[in-house]
Amino acid sequence: MRDTVAVARGVSWRVLHAFFTNPAFLLPSLAFPLFFFTAFVGGLSRVSQIPGFDFPTGYTAFQFVFVLLQSAAFAGVFTGFGIARDFDSGFMRRLMLAAPKRSGILLGYAFSALIRWLTVAAVVTVVALLARMKIDGNGVDLFGLYTLALLLNLAGTLWATGVAMRLRTQQAAPVMQMPVFLLLFFAPVYVPLGLLQGWIHGVASVNPITPLLEAGRGFISGQPELALAAFAITVGLIAGFGLWAVRGLRSAEAAG
Amino acid sequence: MSDALIQAATLGRRAVVRTARQPANVIFPLIFPMLLLAVNAGGLRSATRLPGFPTDSFLAFALAIPFVQGALLATINANVEFARDIQTGFLNRLALTPVRGIVLLVGQLGGLITIAVAQAVFYLAVAVAFGVRLEAGVGGAAMILLLEVAIALGFAALGSWAALRTGSTEAVQGLFPVFFVFLFLSSMNMPRNLIQTDWFRWVATINPVSYLIEAVRSLVIEGWNWEALGLGFAAAGGLSLVGFALATHALWRRLERT
Repeated sequence: MRDTVAVARGVSWRVLHAFFTNPAFLLPSLAFPLFFFTAFVGGLSRVSQIPGFDFPTGYTAFQFVFVLLQSAAFAGVFTGFGIARDFDSGFMRRLMLAAPKRSGILLGYAFSALIRWLTVAAVVTVVALLARMKIDGNGVDLFGLYTLALLLNLAGTLWATGVAMRLRTQQAAPVMQMPVFLLLFFAPVYVPLGLLQGWIHGVASVNPITPLLEAGRGFISGQPELALAAFAITVGLIAGFGLWAVRGLRSAEAAG
Repeated sequence: MSDALIQAATLGRRAVVRTARQPANVIFPLIFPMLLLAVNAGGLRSATRLPGFPTDSFLAFALAIPFVQGALLATINANVEFARDIQTGFLNRLALTPVRGIVLLVGQLGGLITIAVAQAVFYLAVAVAFGVRLEAGVGGAAMILLLEVAIALGFAALGSWAALRTGSTEAVQGLFPVFFVFLFLSSMNMPRNLIQTDWFRWVATINPVSYLIEAVRSLVIEGWNWEALGLGFAAAGGLSLVGFALATHALWRRLERT
């Protein structure tokens, strides 16, 4: 256990050091969620006047939940990019040779992804509050919202780690990114599920991200709904992608 | 003169072939804008119920976006390759030949425009297959392709300037989010008169990308709106002029250094 923690600490320190000291890593992670938040809230706020749009807390809060969950998932994906980069540079091979417990590698990347996301979430939250976002939920509701996002961050990290460990090249970036992007955007991003029409309504209805978004929006508006389903889905994703990541690590070990 | 044309055509062909040989550079600019179009058209379909929304089809309304986005993606991909030519010393070797600097730039831009127009034909075909009818008719489709040439030229010239100025593939790739900021802070998802947030409407109004989108959009949902077309061509022409002047200057500076 001590070996695992020592490896995890080393890996996460290295990733976080690069993240906080290299603007090329820090700025895109911060800029993209802020940019989506600004574009959606600024450009689409009129959408809240569509007949049937019934979200009392306002369009800023409605989009904030999406951006928060998106930033959580993408912090995990960006960590996967870093793992792929470590394979390309040969660092991962040396790390695997040096690590007494390789499971610590996964733990280290997961921890660093969490810290990365917490940094981004703090900035996005401050910006949203400066934009006069209304919050109708209480402290417990908000704890639920951020916990849900945190669990999604872990699921995203494990997914991207599994891909990076199997493909071991930066060219795998679209494989990590595209499914996450599609899952997020095939959910009710701009309007509530009830206002979606046609094929997108069918897709969003079976999209596992939809209950997460609805639960998150329920938390921020102080009217929790689908919370149990949302947490069950994220725990399921973590279990599935955890296995995927561990088997990916074994695959990388076997490949030498 | 004919030598210059042959040289420009050869360099343009090289830019096209090099892109075509990399499937990721071909498939991504075709598929990604279509995916975003599908997402936006599906997700914002109910926005057509807003009073004053100019059409009852969000797919038709949003169709202009892939044309601008595709030009952006083509620009980034082709100019990354251009920057690689600088990094690998190809440009230095070319400078030792009788090829004139301006021909080199024209060839590069010509190749990029060819790629962007091929993409535009694909977007139009997909849109028509999904039931979009251009209000401006067949002539409107031809005008959209002409607009795409102007739009691609504007972005391509700016991308070439970045490539020549920095000589770095990373720097050119770094332009991707910058260009996308302009795209997202435009009237891409909502007509400007329906944008509720004052500062956003102001940014969208001074953002030239809004006029590029509105010019293409007018042909799809309105017919022949000469004001929108004039503003679109003016915006594209302005970007092209500025980009070409900057790129030409950067090219001279770079050839001086060699």
